[in-house]
Amino acid sequence: MATPRHRFGFETRMLHAGHVPDTEVGARAVPIYQTTSFVFDDPETAAQLFELKQYGNIYTRIANPTTAVFEERVASLENATGAVATASGMAAQFVTFMTLLQPGDEMVASAHLYGGSITQLTHTLKKLSIDVRFVDPTLLDQWESAIGPRTRALYGETIGNPRGSILDLEPLAQLAESRRIPLIVDNTFATPWLCRPLDWGATITLHSATKFLGGHGTSIGGVLAEAGRFDYSHFPTIAEPSPAYHGLNFYETFGHYGFLMKARAETVRDTGACISPTNAFLLLQGVETLSVRMERHVTNAMAVARFLAEHAAVAWVEYAGLPEHPQHELAQKYVGGRPGAVFAFGIAASSGDERAAGSRFIRALQIFSHLANVGDARSLVIHPASTTHQQLSDDELVRCGVPPEMIRLSVGLETLEDLLWDLDQALHATSD
Amino acid sequence: MGSGSGPACDIRLNTRLTEDQRRRFQNVDTIRRLLRESRTIAMVGLSSDPAKASQFVATYLQHEGYRVVPVNPSGGEILGERAWPDVASVPFPVDLVDVFRPGRECVAVAEQAIAAGVPAIWFQLRIDALKAAELAERAGLAVVLDRCVKMEHGRWAGSLHWAGMNTEIVTARKRQRGLV
Repeated sequence: MATPRHRFGFETRMLHAGHVPDTEVGARAVPIYQTTSFVFDDPETAAQLFELKQYGNIYTRIANPTTAVFEERVASLENATGAVATASGMAAQFVTFMTLLQPGDEMVASAHLYGGSITQLTHTLKKLSIDVRFVDPTLLDQWESAIGPRTRALYGETIGNPRGSILDLEPLAQLAESRRIPLIVDNTFATPWLCRPLDWGATITLHSATKFLGGHGTSIGGVLAEAGRFDYSHFPTIAEPSPAYHGLNFYETFGHYGFLMKARAETVRDTGACISPTNAFLLLQGVETLSVRMERHVTNAMAVARFLAEHAAVAWVEYAGLPEHPQHELAQKYVGGRPGAVFAFGIAASSGDERAAGSRFIRALQIFSHLANVGDARSLVIHPASTTHQQLSDDELVRCGVPPEMIRLSVGLETLEDLLWDLDQALHATSD
Repeated sequence: MGSGSGPACDIRLNTRLTEDQRRRFQNVDTIRRLLRESRTIAMVGLSSDPAKASQFVATYLQHEGYRVVPVNPSGGEILGERAWPDVASVPFPVDLVDVFRPGRECVAVAEQAIAAGVPAIWFQLRIDALKAAELAERAGLAVVLDRCVKMEHGRWAGSLHWAGMNTEIVTARKRQRGLV
């Protein structure tokens, strides 16, 4: 009798995808395989594993059974064909670029990226003779005119950091498709619960899993996931014979798994940007409650944004969940009007006093943690002008979109009234 | 297979087939039965070049205990087995014909498989073989289209998962020995 077929929902896959309890022990929780290496069945099998003729575990720098659960689970939630976990989100990005690009290639990227990403794209990729052109991500014309004959990829963030701009994924994916290049999307702030970029036509999506996927501020990790639809036959880095594997053509041999196999078996293997199995386990604990946490994150974030927008001591709030934000409509389309829980606002301060006002505000907060992270279950805050960007002058800060009065929040899961109380008392302390 | 039916999850990714075609030519129960019950697999278009996809599949299947019979007009020996010029020439029964040829050659391969009384035929990923598949279906063969026999084995044996791939298998049941 034929087995009836069923499509399992997001929350079920959050808890089950990628983990079938094993034959011997049947452990219900995902076991942590804290081991560097795996004993081979016999010399022939070992040889076949090294030639990629068998799927299996060799060494944790390349693959690990705990990490594989995290990878398959994220792939399932992103509607991807597979995923590769990495040491961090920065590593996920770098592994993606190193797999796709070679010297002389170009990339077009959003100018509204996390500052660390801008640095990686500008300076580190430049050392590899890869040039990146930055564009205003909200203007499709700019993307289009920046694409040249050597452009091999487009790159942006679903929800930009820290100004909250929303990437218009659908036309951007169509543009990428018409030029036969992949669209890569950092989906860290949205998470697959709020947006799945591959469903809108993106080729690759990646995460700093350190943030909302992990969700508890315990572990650094990253992951990249690929749709399995892109035709790489004209893409030399994926479809030309690989000297590292006896002339293997990854695209011809592995088809829709070609990019991911190459990313794992060449780029992660050779750069060593692997994740620890224990971190993969800790990140999985976060993934198992992703939808529940994200619902609360966005509810709290929306309430905090509304509160700040009406506060006399606040000059501006940039959250695409608010109707006055320029990408409010795009936020309705791509994230159901709930654009994550990280956003920026400006403290109202007299001219010349903005930077000092930001410092006073940070000092007065009681329950927001002052640190350089986002996506923790706890609420977080940072004042870029006195920390990450403190070496820049006020004019330079304004030019790079991080004005001296700007505060970035990552709204956590605490009692909402406590968060509003804390912000209110700190704003009063700032203006006193 | 343990007790009861297999996992109820649907397998939808990475195919060009329509929903209706998937039901006919990617039936999960059929795929799992063929992987479980087949012992001798004739691979039409198995290359003698170790870098080719067909060799990756054949090497894998041999390692998993299947006998792989090369069908290749160049003759000679591939992976330790004598190569036969076509399906009709294979002098012993085969359980499954696995096809690595372009779509235009597939009807002829299907006709030979039907004539030889082979119970099942499998056309690999991205082969445009709908006509050949329908022909074999009408003749009563079990037919799989637009799937890779290695990937499917890896999916149900649990090893594809180790490569971080989305197997689409969702179940809270303990894994059975062998194929899930």
